[in-house]
Amino acid sequence: MNAPNPPLRILIVDDEAPARRRLRDVLTDCAAELPVEIVGEAENGLDAITQAQRQPVDAVLLDIRMPGMDGLECAAHLNRLHAPPAIIFSTAYDAYACQAFELNAVDYLLKPVRVDRLVRALGRAHRLNAGALDQLREAYPKARTHLSVSEKGRIVLIPVDDILYLKAELKYVTVRTAAREFLLEESLTRLESEFEQTFLRIHRNCLVARHRIREIGKLPGDDEGHFLRLDGLDERLSVSRRQYSALRETLRMG
Amino acid sequence: MKSRHHNNRPVELPNFCHLGVSLRIALTVEATIIAGVIARVADADAFWVDFIGLSALVQPALLLCLLTLCAASRWLRSLPYIKGVMATLAIAVGVPLAVAWWIAPLTGGMPVYPPVIVGLFALGLGGGLLAYFNLRARALSPAITEARLQALQARIRPHFLFNSLNAVLSLVRSDPRRAEHALENMADLFRALMSQANQLAPLEEEVALTRAYLELEQLRLGDRLQVSWHIQKMPADALIPPLVIQPLVENAVYHGIEPQPQGGEISLNVYRSGDKVHIVVRNPVAEAAGHHKGNRIALANIRERLLLHFDLDAQLKSEPMGAVYQVHIVMPYTRERTQPAPAHPDRR
Repeated sequence: MNAPNPPLRILIVDDEAPARRRLRDVLTDCAAELPVEIVGEAENGLDAITQAQRQPVDAVLLDIRMPGMDGLECAAHLNRLHAPPAIIFSTAYDAYACQAFELNAVDYLLKPVRVDRLVRALGRAHRLNAGALDQLREAYPKARTHLSVSEKGRIVLIPVDDILYLKAELKYVTVRTAAREFLLEESLTRLESEFEQTFLRIHRNCLVARHRIREIGKLPGDDEGHFLRLDGLDERLSVSRRQYSALRETLRMG
Repeated sequence: MKSRHHNNRPVELPNFCHLGVSLRIALTVEATIIAGVIARVADADAFWVDFIGLSALVQPALLLCLLTLCAASRWLRSLPYIKGVMATLAIAVGVPLAVAWWIAPLTGGMPVYPPVIVGLFALGLGGGLLAYFNLRARALSPAITEARLQALQARIRPHFLFNSLNAVLSLVRSDPRRAEHALENMADLFRALMSQANQLAPLEEEVALTRAYLELEQLRLGDRLQVSWHIQKMPADALIPPLVIQPLVENAVYHGIEPQPQGGEISLNVYRSGDKVHIVVRNPVAEAAGHHKGNRIALANIRERLLLHFDLDAQLKSEPMGAVYQVHIVMPYTRERTQPAPAHPDRR
């Protein structure tokens, strides 16, 4: 064999089967100009991340509007991989997103995709830089469905629904699920504003899942202190005096 | 097209059988009584005594008047306008006089108000109301109504257009027959969307259009989109404003099915109950529903078109019912093309 370049390994991500089939057709058409190998197809963000962890991927063709985890969130998680793939977003129609892509020099394709446009995009595809991704997220203010942490060169996804509390500790935020703890490098304030529907602040350094609150009690001996316990966890979390009245207020309403 | 000539169409009498028309008449009469009583009495107690006494006399006449007008509505509207006005006023004056004469024995032989007063009161109110309906008909002239309907013309989401084109492209090589069928559906759908027709159209056409739309969506969404049709009892010949069901179903797909990984079921229920046509669309509610605004715009649009066509006789209710979101439309069962109404409607 005397292939000058190894083929580009591509992962196709779209929730609609016809859209995936169409990309497959067009990728076959451009094989003459650009050797490609389709290493997988995924129908949602989670599946895409699993597949990208299992095998090396050079480029991901990523649909934006998908149920569950959307393309932008998926891209953010993929970017934490040990060797992040190049990402090319695809969208049927979204004037707002396209403007954000142009501004941040992010590669994107408009569906239906043309062969020449796809070849060009693949030819210059590059990794997303973190700053651009943050700006895209601002253009698309939607809470993530998962948080991701790197562990031993892999990424672990934590479903937001499984999280009991988030606690700030020095440089990190501890993420507690019923099963275990994770360390996350994000700021508690940003998490609080992103997930204000899901989590409540009970202390300067702690957010708890609204729907997991089991009991609120008074600490014995201390006439001002209160604690809070969550479903499936024996740990008593302390509630600050400042947050206590606000907490009672929200719980009474909801 | 007929609609070109609507600018100089003579003004018509209102259709007295319409709820909106009867309601406006009844409220005006009642308001006039209140104003008259207030002008006459000094304190609140006297007001109630007078008001109830007068209402007891006026209500039977009013009701009978409305019934007579409704019964005669077709005939009145088929007369030339001026003759129609005369006949309407004759009913408006004649019925109260007859009622006054009839209840006179109950009030001790002497009529409470002399016939001249009753007649003048009825004539004044009738004339005033007819003048109001005349003005209103001019303000809502077919030209203006049509312009408003045009502006409210349902628009398909570009998102849907491009995704559907993409889906058809994906079929061209592997399954040309299905691709053909899909393009035929798209042609039907876009012909309806781009047509300038604001006339009422048969219900079965709208249902066929909705079916074409759903087939296209099914192409993209596959098993994620389940549809259950309940249209066995549908009055296929009922006339409804065009593009009322399809946008509702499009909303249901966009908000209820697409955001859910496992998809869901849309249910469509069309039936007739008495002289009303009911359309009920249900879809599952997506957990993280973050785009209610588009939905409300679409509903407001349909609501306004119903109002322009049917005034107060049609309703649109939308409500979340637990895990299901439901839109329920009720409109009169009609087989006459009343909007925009031709000058001399050829009825059946």
